[in-house]
Amino acid sequence: MNGRDAIRDESRRGLDRRKLLKMAMLAGTLPAMATRAAAEEPKVRTQARIVVAGAGAAGLAAASRLARRLDGASIILIDRRREHFYQPGFTLVGAGLKSPSYVISATKDYVPSGVTLIEEQVREFDPVGNKVVTESGRAVPYDYLIVATGLELAYAAIAGMDTALIGRDGIGSVYLSPEGAEATYRELSRFTDKGGVGLFGRPATEMKCAGAPLKYTFITDDILRRRGNRGKAELIYAAHNKVLFSVPIVAEKVRMLYADRGVKTVQDHVMTAIEPGKKIASFRTPTGTAEIKYDFINVVPPMRAPAAVRNSPLPWQSGPWAADGWIEVDRSNLRHTRFPNVFALGDVAGVPKGKTAASVKWQVPVAVDHLVAAIAGGRSQAAYNGYTSCPLITRIGRAMLVEFDYNDNLVPSFPGIIAPLEELWVTWIMKEVALKPTYTAMLRGLA
Amino acid sequence: MKDLDLWVFISVFQEMLGPFLWLLIGLAVSGLTLFLAIVLRERGLSSRRLVWAELVGIVGGVIALLIMWLVTHSGIGDAGGPIDWVLIAAIWTVGAIGTAILAYVALSLFASGDASARQGGRAST
Ligand SMILES: Cc1cc2nc3c(=O)[nH]c(=O)nc-3n(C[C@H](O)[C@H](O)[C@H](O)COP(=O)(O)OP(=O)(O)OC[C@H]3O[C@@H](n4cnc5c(N)ncnc54)[C@H](O)[C@@H]3O)c2cc1C
Repeated sequence: MNGRDAIRDESRRGLDRRKLLKMAMLAGTLPAMATRAAAEEPKVRTQARIVVAGAGAAGLAAASRLARRLDGASIILIDRRREHFYQPGFTLVGAGLKSPSYVISATKDYVPSGVTLIEEQVREFDPVGNKVVTESGRAVPYDYLIVATGLELAYAAIAGMDTALIGRDGIGSVYLSPEGAEATYRELSRFTDKGGVGLFGRPATEMKCAGAPLKYTFITDDILRRRGNRGKAELIYAAHNKVLFSVPIVAEKVRMLYADRGVKTVQDHVMTAIEPGKKIASFRTPTGTAEIKYDFINVVPPMRAPAAVRNSPLPWQSGPWAADGWIEVDRSNLRHTRFPNVFALGDVAGVPKGKTAASVKWQVPVAVDHLVAAIAGGRSQAAYNGYTSCPLITRIGRAMLVEFDYNDNLVPSFPGIIAPLEELWVTWIMKEVALKPTYTAMLRGLA
Repeated sequence: MKDLDLWVFISVFQEMLGPFLWLLIGLAVSGLTLFLAIVLRERGLSSRRLVWAELVGIVGGVIALLIMWLVTHSGIGDAGGPIDWVLIAAIWTVGAIGTAILAYVALSLFASGDASARQGGRAST
């Protein structure tokens, strides 16, 4: 605690990016930006019809890249949501450091020229008939399909849970929306003034940004300390299995840091129900149901593919990703294994690890290269190694840069310069200052 | 797999700073041009102005750091490893050099009474 109250409102307002003269040089330290910019090669001429379902991080980035590499193609984006959310910023909103406007922009601002946007949801995927059907019943045929619908937050899978509860009686959930993250901060702020039991955890399903629940626990610890109330609070992290993170070396580091900060952990706890009145969360454990009383809880719901995807022939038919409907793709190029003119990018793809914007950043150029090669009648050698990254905030002002691949190897972008598992200010600066511009450049196909 | 592309840098800077990026580049370029023009015209540096500019520069470097900490909700206590200290030094240096050059230019333009008169052979510091 450096005698500063990080959560002051004035400083929140004053965050205008335009003051960031000196920071500019930091942009050079971005981990995820070290890829080839959109191809310099001549455009491929084609009449192909490409449908991109979902205009979030992956859909917009893919459409932008396709528009740069193809000439004459008709590229159609389909998504009802008009607002675009910069989701990695939700954590900063939930920490009281940014307002919701920091993470909200308009989808149409990123739709490249020449690309058509249909503002509807896809209701049905028909990969056999090579078409999708929208909610209004409009059939949109395609030669190539990119599925980038993200995932569904299944709050209802937790008995007693309802999104309307977020922001009341100690219930928060940073995941829901920008407003949900802000409401979560209000509850967190109340809790860190009064003390009590703060309860954190993650679902047993695949999830986006598996580091986010860990970060939020660290942030809570930090705010309690800044307010001089750490002694009045007990923080509990309920892990769904025996580890705190799927990558062993990272899990060990987090275990040590939690011990250092006095965060208690319980293992094999999968949240199944909540009683808002009594402030009790129930968990499935190997020895039966366990209950934990809380004063503040950050609910992270189970996650699965959106219904339209789950109810289609696209998901894995067996194996660990079948039940929640993740799409069956080749992990090295994101191409469907049964429908070769279909690709799945981002959170909806059934690949190990990385449901993050950082993985999107690395998946998109690979899949687009394969798609363009298919149109041109060739083959692409591009391969995705599962790269994903997570600036794991360990307190306001410090973070650890965690980058890894499918094989649980650490793949640091700056070996010898930015140590991967060290709590650093430079990593915090990246998270707070440089990631959003990189993300936005990615949506435009520029990074 | 990793080539850093200049365009990626520029795009990210552009997203980060918006139109302010060009304003900053303009300020840096015009400050530097004016500085060189003044030095060439006067065939040397005025040690008196240089001392003042350096003093302003020291403060400018500190202000650069303070701005950085303010906008990123952090402080000197957050430095956790060698790279953080390198970064702090770099921010200070860029801030110091930038403000020193601008201060020298400003002193030459607005307090030009002593411009040629005091140009002595004394070393600057
Ligand atoms: C709290 C939080 C913190 C995070 N932190 C980080 C981080 O630090 N670093 C990081 O890299 N990532 C982070 N992420 C993860 C990152 O935001 C996601 O992985 C990324 O947005 C995935 O992109 P996507 O395109 O697959 O999905 P999204 O960006 O969610 O977009 C999916 C789009 O598909 C649309 N859609 C859904 N169903 C349909 C349908 N049937 N038809 C048409 N359109 C549909 C939706 O409206 C949406 O616009 C975080 C996420 C959260 C929630």
